[in-house]
Amino acid sequence: MGAFDFLLQGLATAAEPMMLLYALIGVTLGTAVGVLPGIGPALTVALLLPVTYRLDAAGSLIMFAGIYYGGMYGGSTTSILLNTPGESASIITALEGNKMARKGRGGPALATAAIGSFIAGLIATLLLAFLAPSIVKVALVFGPREYFALMVLAFVTVSAAFGDSALRGLTSLFLGLALACVGIDQLTGQARLSFGVPELLDGIEVTTMAVAMFAVGEALFIAGQRNVQADEVTAVKGSIWMSRADWARSWKPWLRGTFLGFPIGAMPAGGAEIGTFLSYATEKKLTKHPEEFGEGAIEGVAGPEAANNASAAGTLVPLLTLGLPTSATAAIMLAGFQQFGLQPGPLLFATNPTLVWGLIASLLIANAMLLVLNLPMIGLWVKLLTVPKPWLYAGILLFATLGTIGANPSSFELGMLLAFGVLGYVMRLFGYPIAPIVVGLILGPMAEQQLRRALSISQGDWTTLVQSPIAAVLLGIAALALIVPLILRARGKGQVLSQLAGDED
Amino acid sequence: MKQFVLASLFAGALAMPAMADYTIIAPANPGGGWDQTARTMQTVMQEEGISPSAQVQNVPGAGGTIGLAQFASQNKGNADALIVGGYVMVGAILTNNSPVSLKDVTPIARLTGEYEAIVVPAASPIQDMKGLVEALKADPGAVSWAGGSAGGTDHIAVGLIAKAAGVDPTKINYIAYSGGGEALAAILGNQVTAGVSSLGEFDAQIKAGTLRLLAVSSPERIEGVDAPTLKEAGLDVELQNWRMVAAAPGLSDEQKAKVTADVEKMVKSENWQKQLSDKGWADTYLSGADFDAQLEKDVTSTEAVLKDIGLVK
Repeated sequence: MGAFDFLLQGLATAAEPMMLLYALIGVTLGTAVGVLPGIGPALTVALLLPVTYRLDAAGSLIMFAGIYYGGMYGGSTTSILLNTPGESASIITALEGNKMARKGRGGPALATAAIGSFIAGLIATLLLAFLAPSIVKVALVFGPREYFALMVLAFVTVSAAFGDSALRGLTSLFLGLALACVGIDQLTGQARLSFGVPELLDGIEVTTMAVAMFAVGEALFIAGQRNVQADEVTAVKGSIWMSRADWARSWKPWLRGTFLGFPIGAMPAGGAEIGTFLSYATEKKLTKHPEEFGEGAIEGVAGPEAANNASAAGTLVPLLTLGLPTSATAAIMLAGFQQFGLQPGPLLFATNPTLVWGLIASLLIANAMLLVLNLPMIGLWVKLLTVPKPWLYAGILLFATLGTIGANPSSFELGMLLAFGVLGYVMRLFGYPIAPIVVGLILGPMAEQQLRRALSISQGDWTTLVQSPIAAVLLGIAALALIVPLILRARGKGQVLSQLAGDED
Repeated sequence: MKQFVLASLFAGALAMPAMADYTIIAPANPGGGWDQTARTMQTVMQEEGISPSAQVQNVPGAGGTIGLAQFASQNKGNADALIVGGYVMVGAILTNNSPVSLKDVTPIARLTGEYEAIVVPAASPIQDMKGLVEALKADPGAVSWAGGSAGGTDHIAVGLIAKAAGVDPTKINYIAYSGGGEALAAILGNQVTAGVSSLGEFDAQIKAGTLRLLAVSSPERIEGVDAPTLKEAGLDVELQNWRMVAAAPGLSDEQKAKVTADVEKMVKSENWQKQLSDKGWADTYLSGADFDAQLEKDVTSTEAVLKDIGLVK
């Protein structure tokens, strides 16, 4: 078993004191930049990549891995504490995480995110190391129609998982779908609903929308409430560490999240978001505390965070075995690898084993370093929440604006941030859930493109959608998920269901 | 002669005191080709002392036209501002009806470029370009082509191939993906008939034998690549997906000469050459009047083919 020897050798190199120091520097830098709201891991890695150029191959790989993991974790931290997700994959983390933080349970939320990320990263990296070549063969079977079926499944489970009023949930979802139509149609290159505004040609930026809906909308909502209740500011209630019950409720979601996130991340068009959505929907179905969902359920942080990290390791599967970057972060990593003369592709594991295993070992070490660095920092982070509310929300508005401008320096983008912030406020005011609109914006274009690609390849024959066994099974599951609750409702069990669904926002 | 010496001294004196402090706009998100080009320029300019504090700024959107519009309007006469762009921009300006075009900036030089490759999955019954053209002639709709975004280089290549083969370009069945990489998965998975993208995207797969390379879009055979050019295969198509650097509008001749000299110094440095070979980019450096002429030619032919495909009215 050559692979195992290579891994041990890589670990031995990566565990040298100097290398550990590089890993520490990388993780610290990555967390520091990633923690800025609106700045996701992709931008973090792009900004910090030149820092690694000065080192030798082993040193820069490990610092790079540190930056990568640090950037990802930094993004989750701000999602939980400030409700400002820096990338679409941490939107779900913000949902429950921020509710927990506001109830004084920011410590356990950050801890379950950190430990869940670590465990997911560990398992997924090992899966990557030993299964990558065989996983990629399975992933390639997924063509447009299979992806479309997967999107349909995600739609059905996700929209069922949000909110107790189906009408309001669907209204929000369809608003998102409508907004998703804005911009250049990818398949024909024609502009839709852009009204001649050049900034709208690429569609509405998901992170701008998410930050606006979650952070700006929330800030407006708080400001709109006349009677500011001072007693709400309970920054730390109970221990900042995870209790025995927290552990018991977290470990299964960590594992489930990992095994949902990794394979979907490994698919060339899977992406990280769908894994987090499905994990959230799953946890909500399986939890023993459905009443807490929407009010800060720890499972809702543990599962999606694990799925997010596992899918990040999953994206390395097509990157290393096919040379195929499937996310912005992966594209920048590809650029990073090339400086060491490493050309990802089907022959990589055979031609360049030392570097590949060095990278995998670096990922493992950086992952562990992240945990070591961040667990003690949690106490410090939650102090942020003791900042008085007006100050805190002023700060959130400032950072949301800075993050948007930093990622996309345009006054139009800023206008959109404000406009969607107002929309978020109005939706909160009238009790419409926020998450489905963002989910619609993310999943809408994916589903549409895959459907049209499938139909284009089959030259307009709709039966193609069910001719592939995988697509047929996925669509079947989606149909069941849709019909079974309808039947239950018709037989008078609707009460139970709406209780199960809970209140999301 | 005396005048020449004086003139160069004068130019030198102008250039000497102000060390350039370039800000390079990458009109795309981090990770893409333009972003990587801009960041590579940044590194080399810093290390070669051409511009010790060169910066990169990303202004993404709409095939680079948003970055281009912002660049042209905000930097008039600013000799320290540079923007990276490329062939994709030529198409995007046309399809998006962009109010700002490459005429509104000062193109300096073409830096690097990649040629297009036409591939089929290894399991495909199609063996060569002739077989593919025959299938295309028999039923254009039945041949699905996977490539990058609609109206981009890959799509234009397919349009040009169809036109050269005497097939109506509006009939082609082009399946657009967000990039050559995502298209690669569809080709490897046997979802489509053929694939078109930069050679670099397919290189590793061709070497591993999972893709069959039918032809490349270069004017002559590429060293180390075992495939005919499209011209050899009887199709009069030549296409390079190039990347360039441009300066701000409204520069004086001295300013333009200074920027051109700085870029040339960068391109000629060993550092730049090493970066190119590390990244597998070809050195297709072209500047001055030659580049202007090439640009003009590309704009005209691209406009024609986009009209043929039906993307530009």
